[in-house]
Amino acid sequence: MTLLLEKPVRSAAPDQRPPYWTMRRRDTLAGWLMVAPQLAGIVAFVLVPLGLVVWYSVHEWNVLGGTFEFVGGDNYAALADDQRLGPVLKATGLFSVGLVVLNLSLALFLAVLLNQKLRGTVVFRTLFFSPVVVTLVAWTIVWGFLLQDNGGVNAFLDLFGIDGPNWLRSGGTAMISVIVVQLFKNVGLNMVLFLAALQGVPAELYEAAKIDGASAWARFRRVTVPLISPTILLTMILTIVGSLQVFAQIAVLTQGGPGTSTTVLVYYLYQQAFQFHHFGYGATLSLLLFVIVLVLTVVQWRMRRRWVFHEA
Amino acid sequence: MRLKLVIYGVLLVCCVPFVFPIWWMATTSLKPVSEIFAFPPTLLPGSPTMDAYRQVFELQPFGRQYVNSLYIALVVTLGTLAVSALAGYAFARIRFRGAGIVFVIVLSGLLVPVEVTIIPLYKMFDAFGLVDTHWPLILIPMLGAPSVLATFIMRQFFITLPAELEEAGRVDGLGRFGLFWRVCLPLARPAIGAVSIFTFLHSWNLYLEPIVFLSSKQKFTIPQALTQYVDAYGGPMWNTQLAAATLSALPVLIIFVLAQRQFVEGLAQTGLKG
Repeated sequence: MTLLLEKPVRSAAPDQRPPYWTMRRRDTLAGWLMVAPQLAGIVAFVLVPLGLVVWYSVHEWNVLGGTFEFVGGDNYAALADDQRLGPVLKATGLFSVGLVVLNLSLALFLAVLLNQKLRGTVVFRTLFFSPVVVTLVAWTIVWGFLLQDNGGVNAFLDLFGIDGPNWLRSGGTAMISVIVVQLFKNVGLNMVLFLAALQGVPAELYEAAKIDGASAWARFRRVTVPLISPTILLTMILTIVGSLQVFAQIAVLTQGGPGTSTTVLVYYLYQQAFQFHHFGYGATLSLLLFVIVLVLTVVQWRMRRRWVFHEA
Repeated sequence: MRLKLVIYGVLLVCCVPFVFPIWWMATTSLKPVSEIFAFPPTLLPGSPTMDAYRQVFELQPFGRQYVNSLYIALVVTLGTLAVSALAGYAFARIRFRGAGIVFVIVLSGLLVPVEVTIIPLYKMFDAFGLVDTHWPLILIPMLGAPSVLATFIMRQFFITLPAELEEAGRVDGLGRFGLFWRVCLPLARPAIGAVSIFTFLHSWNLYLEPIVFLSSKQKFTIPQALTQYVDAYGGPMWNTQLAAATLSALPVLIIFVLAQRQFVEGLAQTGLKG
């Protein structure tokens, strides 16, 4: 009996003990469970393959012998010596710069037009956006049909007595043709984003600028552009990264030709890996593509501080 | 008044390259071969025929390929919604240990386009014997780099919900999953709509992955099938190609026109604000 009394009396009720499953622990478990599928997916389908790209780039498969051997920096030396790499990077740059400049200007131009208080703008918005929902390869095939030597575009030019070139088969016009096909396909996306941004610009600012005697162009430069600059930056990043991924259009319209004038980096790495079975060299090209995407994204993100206008 | 007319004129001219190709695709697919290159070109088929449409199904198992595209796009859309809603919710509403580092890892997916990793992905699926199956076309978009944008859109939406909502749910005795399922998800309709549209179109348009992974015609998806209608010389059979293209584009176009408000406004409101 005395023994029992010597012990400090503890209540027998279990709820007095701090429970193991505190709110914080429950939240941590729930949080981890909820992000688990996404995290596992990124590890399995992004990070592991990225590591493998590096691993493959210092090896080379011999398809005939079925061997996989370490070749050190050979692929990188081959990359430095590759006579075709210069033209490929030039084509990639041309395509990206051309597409981004044309896409953002046209998207902003159309958005400004649709932002005027006019009737029927919803109809036009729908029409400009409709190519976005057309199957990419279907859209590409139609343009391939229109851009032939005896196709619709040249028939149209003929009405004005202009003898159009064979757009996709001549070196001077193939690149611009591919850019234009891509431009009309997706410009509606950026147009919609710009339209949403324009509708967020307070009308008072325009009124004030008008009273100060600013011309329409000055109002656009000094009011509109700074206020929608976050959207401009975002669409620019998305459009540039998207332009580096272009593949189907090239494969269907020009197969990289004429010559190599439309062979962009992704198409070149596809050819090296899946047509010539140079997987090691293809992996090296993949790394080059990755570095380009990385550098462009970081540079633009840095620009944000200097260039994007933030309301205080 | 005059300015209005000028704007309408400019808009009408701008419409041509957007609308005319779609019109041309649909009408040419109904023209007999003799009319396709008629000069001057005709806006409407003179003697419409369904020959091209018959050929679409005769030359390839196009019905099968259509079903392939449709079921893959639906599975990917539903899967992406589940993955991105859960992850987006956790990143937006739960403060848990390790959230920061996990978020950075997930965001890295935005910097690694599929094109960068296509070679090892091919080798990985090959090692598991999954080349020439639909698995890569489902798993890579659903769990890999393309799903990150969906998670990001979901997170941006869930961040905007007021804290009182969840507190009220807590009082009613809901746990974390209850709050997600009963309180927040029903409110996320705009984000769900935007993610669904993005994801469906992305899957519907995939071209590089199918031509890398698939080799048997029974398993092809539409984009790959479209380019297979060629004559004995390897030249495209235009009216057949355009008929198949029309079949692939029209249903989506019709849905878009009917639901264009949700499409466009959903996209504009996805919280894509930097």
